[in-house]
Amino acid sequence: MSRIVSLAEAVQSTIKDGDTVAMEGFTHLIPHAAGHEIIRQGKKHLTLLRMTPDLIYDQMIGMGCADKIIFSWGGNPGVGSLHRLRDAIENGWPNKLDIVEHSHAAMANAYAAGAAGLPFTVFRGYIGTDLPKVNKAIKFIECPYTGERLATIPAHRPDVAVIHALRADKQGNVLLEGILGVQKEAVLAAKTSIVTVEEVVDDFGPRNLNAVIIPSWALGAVAVVPGGAFPSYAQGYYKRFNAFYKQWDNIARDRDTFLAWMKENVLDKTPEDFARHVEGLRTAAE
Amino acid sequence: MNYKPNEMMTIAAARALRNEDVTFVGIGMPSAASNLARLTHAPDITLIYESGTLATKPTVLPLSIGDGELCETALTTVSVPEMFRYWLQGGRITVGFLGGAQIDKYANLNTTVVGPYDKPKVRLPGGGGAPEIATACGEIFIIMAQSKRAFVEKIDFITSLGYGEGGDHRERLGVKTKGPTKLVTDLCVFEPDPVTKEMTVTSIHPGVTREQIQDATGWTVKYAANVAETPAPTEKELSVLRELHSRTAKAHGDAA
Repeated sequence: MSRIVSLAEAVQSTIKDGDTVAMEGFTHLIPHAAGHEIIRQGKKHLTLLRMTPDLIYDQMIGMGCADKIIFSWGGNPGVGSLHRLRDAIENGWPNKLDIVEHSHAAMANAYAAGAAGLPFTVFRGYIGTDLPKVNKAIKFIECPYTGERLATIPAHRPDVAVIHALRADKQGNVLLEGILGVQKEAVLAAKTSIVTVEEVVDDFGPRNLNAVIIPSWALGAVAVVPGGAFPSYAQGYYKRFNAFYKQWDNIARDRDTFLAWMKENVLDKTPEDFARHVEGLRTAAE
Repeated sequence: MNYKPNEMMTIAAARALRNEDVTFVGIGMPSAASNLARLTHAPDITLIYESGTLATKPTVLPLSIGDGELCETALTTVSVPEMFRYWLQGGRITVGFLGGAQIDKYANLNTTVVGPYDKPKVRLPGGGGAPEIATACGEIFIIMAQSKRAFVEKIDFITSLGYGEGGDHRERLGVKTKGPTKLVTDLCVFEPDPVTKEMTVTSIHPGVTREQIQDATGWTVKYAANVAETPAPTEKELSVLRELHSRTAKAHGDAA
């Protein structure tokens, strides 16, 4: 059964220095509040796994939480570079960052294989690309039935998956709607998990019979953090703050500006501040 | 009507899409061109974004590949593993629409790194969906503004396969799809030579000279026997595109 606890307690009791942590959410439902809590607790030497590092890993990398990153697309969507990720790769600031680079198809398949309890995944991919030359985890095997050459990479089995869901019920089951990304796969592939949610309800009520619900007994800790995906979004709760994604380009470009922003908006703040961030973005407010 | 080179590029790319296409859309210019096609000559085109949104009809262009707008206007939304396994790898997509930072004459694309991989001059975002889009879609359209920095003799890293070393290289690698059949730039349209697969100019945008095209290309440009002039944008194409961009700017700027 999942435990409904504070975010601080969830991070403290679940994530250890050196862990492999997958914080997922494909543009939608990115667990930003959890990322900030990990930064505040000064977690170090993490291997960060995520398809699209996005602002959440730009911040964690810039604050020195990570030794290694496993990813498939490291940009600020529609805006440009992730400057902290680039500074770490190009200049080793604030520390050297090892990279393991995949394609989206490979990453998605590797999470699904992890969730399925398999050691590796097989897919038709990486044909004619240079990625296998720089990533030794990419190998090719022959199909035993047709002889076709297919790509394989090891399954993802993170120590901890961290996701943001829409809501939990009192039993600690969680519900997701909208763009689902690889969150369910990441949670089921991981040894344990932290889920932040917008709210806890008595009961999910009337719903689609095939609603995406991850049962309590498949989860670790659940923490209520309204607005916890900001500046990403939560379908039906608040919209993506696209203007901030554009502003981030300037904030993150310069080391000092970045550090000042992180002190003011992360180190000196708490998870409760996220509710205030999304006030003007509430879907119902339109 | 006056128009800008990048408007001509987006419009020429949009025209290449057909009403019956199922298109895997990348963010940025591919997204603008695909939605322009949907709002003009191809109202029934199916647009798919890798975030899992199937048959989406956004009223403004998304900033990211997974804006709420895409999900809310989609027929349905599937998980990302399902998107890549069943819909892309399963062979359901007729056209993949890509851009890139660097391209060579065989339409291989680099979105990974400028300079050596281990000591990059510029670290680019990486492949994302492109490595598999490039080989799993029925055919590929590429949209890229032309410059010597981007159109190079040899790209620093092959992120996604075009025609490899040319000729039958795709077939030798076991790839059954066509590959890049159109490369639309702000100056002209390239299509692959039927035999060598070298990208060859088949249509030049109005007012553009062969000299301008060569000056913006890092290899010696080849031309088809019959080179057409790209029809100038129509008033309708331009006004729909401009309205789309202005709705988008307003939506993204007013998000707070």
